[in-house]
Amino acid sequence: MELIKTAAAGTMESGDIMVTIDPRESGGITLDLTSNVMQQFGRQIEAVIRETLGELGVEHADVQAVDRGALDCTVRARVSAAAFRAAQRENEQWGET
Amino acid sequence: MERRYVKDRLRRSMMFVPGNNPGMIVDARIYGADSIMFDLEDSVAYTEKDTARFLVHNALKTLDFGKKEIVVRINDLSSGLGIRDLEAIIPAGVHVVRLPKTDSAQDVVDCEREIARIEAAHGIPVGATGMMAAIETANGVLDARAIAHASSRLIGLALGAEDYVTDLKTTRSDGTELLFARSMILNAARSAGIAALDTVYSDVNNEEGFLAEVELIRKLGFDGKSVINPRQIGMLHKALRPSERDLKKAYAVMEAIAEANARGSGVASLNGKMIDKPVVIRAQRLIELFEADNTVEEEE
Amino acid sequence: MDAQLLTQIPHLEEIAHRGAFSGTPEKHTENFLERSSRENKILPSLEDAIRAAGLKDGMTISFHHHFRGGDHVVNQVVEKLAEMGLKNLTLAASSLAAVHAPLIRHIKSGVITHIETSGLRGELAEEISRGLMDCPVVFRSHGGRAAAIRSGELHIDVAFLGAPSCDPYGNANGYSRDDEHMACGSMGYARTDAEYADKVVVLTNHLVRYPNAPWAIPEDNVDYIVVVDDIGDPKGIMSGATRYTKNPKELLIAQTAAQVIDAAGYFYDGFSMQMGSGGASLAAARFLREMMLERNIRCRFALGGITGQIAAMHEEGLIDRVLDVQSFDLDAAMSLKNNRFHHQISATYYASFLSAAAVDQLDFVILSALEIDTDFNVNVLTGSDGVIRGAIGGHPDTAAGASLSIVVAPLTRGRIPCVIDRVNTVVTPGGTVDVVVTDQGVAVNPRRPEVERKLRRAGIKVYTIEELRDKALALVGRPDPIRYTDRVVGVVMYRNNTIIDVIRQVDES
Repeated sequence: MELIKTAAAGTMESGDIMVTIDPRESGGITLDLTSNVMQQFGRQIEAVIRETLGELGVEHADVQAVDRGALDCTVRARVSAAAFRAAQRENEQWGET
Repeated sequence: MERRYVKDRLRRSMMFVPGNNPGMIVDARIYGADSIMFDLEDSVAYTEKDTARFLVHNALKTLDFGKKEIVVRINDLSSGLGIRDLEAIIPAGVHVVRLPKTDSAQDVVDCEREIARIEAAHGIPVGATGMMAAIETANGVLDARAIAHASSRLIGLALGAEDYVTDLKTTRSDGTELLFARSMILNAARSAGIAALDTVYSDVNNEEGFLAEVELIRKLGFDGKSVINPRQIGMLHKALRPSERDLKKAYAVMEAIAEANARGSGVASLNGKMIDKPVVIRAQRLIELFEADNTVEEEE
Repeated sequence: MDAQLLTQIPHLEEIAHRGAFSGTPEKHTENFLERSSRENKILPSLEDAIRAAGLKDGMTISFHHHFRGGDHVVNQVVEKLAEMGLKNLTLAASSLAAVHAPLIRHIKSGVITHIETSGLRGELAEEISRGLMDCPVVFRSHGGRAAAIRSGELHIDVAFLGAPSCDPYGNANGYSRDDEHMACGSMGYARTDAEYADKVVVLTNHLVRYPNAPWAIPEDNVDYIVVVDDIGDPKGIMSGATRYTKNPKELLIAQTAAQVIDAAGYFYDGFSMQMGSGGASLAAARFLREMMLERNIRCRFALGGITGQIAAMHEEGLIDRVLDVQSFDLDAAMSLKNNRFHHQISATYYASFLSAAAVDQLDFVILSALEIDTDFNVNVLTGSDGVIRGAIGGHPDTAAGASLSIVVAPLTRGRIPCVIDRVNTVVTPGGTVDVVVTDQGVAVNPRRPEVERKLRRAGIKVYTIEELRDKALALVGRPDPIRYTDRVVGVVMYRNNTIIDVIRQVDES
């Protein structure tokens, strides 16, 4: 997936995560994650963010995520939404996984 | 996971959950509603339609909702958003798609065609997804019967009163303004053998008003009601619970039937009066309702 | 009386006496109003009181926490002690709040070297969790503190007690009958300090005429009085009324808790109860009230920290007696002032294991929790990140005393599971916890099989505590453990003054 512009998805509400994605040419994915449950879940949130971007074929991006206790499915949803917005794509793909 | 809608089931309460609120989506299952309806339509801002779609898609795929019926209210197809909603939620395993602002039988047919196409594209058995039609216009009310018969996937009709009263050039008041629509929708639903669901009561702090409305729709014959606040669910179920007296009578009827059957007699009587078939059906429904309320939901 | 006469009394050595009568001092003749403004216990300044009380380096000072987040007494007094050059003091407060962050400075400079409290919050709590103090903070329950004070295990040299009303001889209270001045209602925790401290200094911003009856603290417990401008911020001390929660999850938990009490057989005409201050436990009172009205049942007494809801039920005739160790809101405080059978009690009377305490007469208590583990142990002291952010309060006391102790909590808070394998800090031992009520199911301690049977019979679905834990983990995933260093920063005392757990420094490396 080719990213075109900076885009964000999510909110700062409890149980949500605000994900901002900045496109870049190279250098892989950098992730700046803050979370109110950093010690307990920081590792897992980071893994889900990277995995979701991988599935979407995003290879290079600056990602900022401010987590307020989101579950994995919410993290996945917000990362996907931000990536599609950054790619300016409206035709979401809904695979089985 | 295989999800398939169930046509005939208890639908006393259908809880509205805004589709872009993760906290509320996660908590939706704990309040005892018979059905949970995730909303992609009016409760989601136009600029967040995409994020809500991703969120509901992922929630449906991941979260365990036990045996609850999962409904998603999509945006109407004419807006262009409705089809994208269907693309997102059908592969995620929604049980029932709720069509907003159903104006005619054609709306149902159009939506069903899209659902069937998406099911086939994702290898889901065609026909696995149910539908329900929300009627929110004068035209829809007048066409309610045709709408109710428009698809075998329909599990019920629902009244959406806010838009409807605007269309009628009136406002919500004591229920007089909705009497025709309610009667029409109820009769249309019954003629198709499907459920009839009443509109929301939006003043969550007015318990008295809520209970009065529940009493009215119970008398009319509705299966249940949409609710916007979890606090209404307990009150609603309690109000729909059969009375002690009716229940006793219902069990007596069923006993008399069983006894007649044991005697090999086709005629059962109670207190010297013959029991008609409608009496038996009513008794069965009452007992069903009572037992549903008194059985703790087992989860896998 | 002739001194010679004494020699004629047989067995004189067995009769306690102070010699022969030698006449009376001169009698007062001015009226008592003049007298009380001339001869009294009032000293001109806090510094004078500190000197008069004989406070020295290394001694123990105490405070009450009836002013909660609005307290200005602790900071004011410690600031003065620092100014006077005192060092190495033990600060024994009934509890401390976020407003006490200025203590950090006085700990760093060696004025305060040890703390005893029921709880800590805010910046002070965070700093202590990061290792601010060499000597671990000692955490005690309200009942445990009262017992330790009486036994001398916690010896108080000088108590500094803020009082919203006090007369020139030291009769002090949390309200005044003379006027509308109202600050904190009950002063139950302060009463125990006043009774046992070597010296008692009352700080008041509201000097009233003798006798300030009814009083919380009688004048014979008071040595010195200082009139100050400011003992606290009324807004922080007390809000108008604790509102019932509208949070549907808390309401669901509350309703289930009320059903559990009923099903378990502790809801009968003449029952006794205590409600914790959390949203769900407070809301349970509302559901109980409905059940009481429906079935024409009355409560004999409500105990503990009292809210306006309990006071309203008392005024409605649903609760015969209210035993108030701490008034949580203005409505409760007004009720204490106006209602004869809304009665103020001390910490000792409330919960000390050395006395026949009121907690021992409880049918049930509803308590909140930060974490509950599969042994039913409860943590109310350290957050899920291991940092101190709470208070023991009367938790272990009421759990031990009540016939049915119910712990309420959401199954998860955000992404944090509340039912887990092992609590970060054991505050209330599982052996005293009977039922856990969450928004997603109820678990009964296997110690109480009869309760489980009754709940099932009433149609309440009962899970094992392990099942609740698994439900939580299935939803949020398994958290990585909190990292601690080896260093102990807090010691948690059980109510009988045995050490039940320790709190370690959080490892942020």
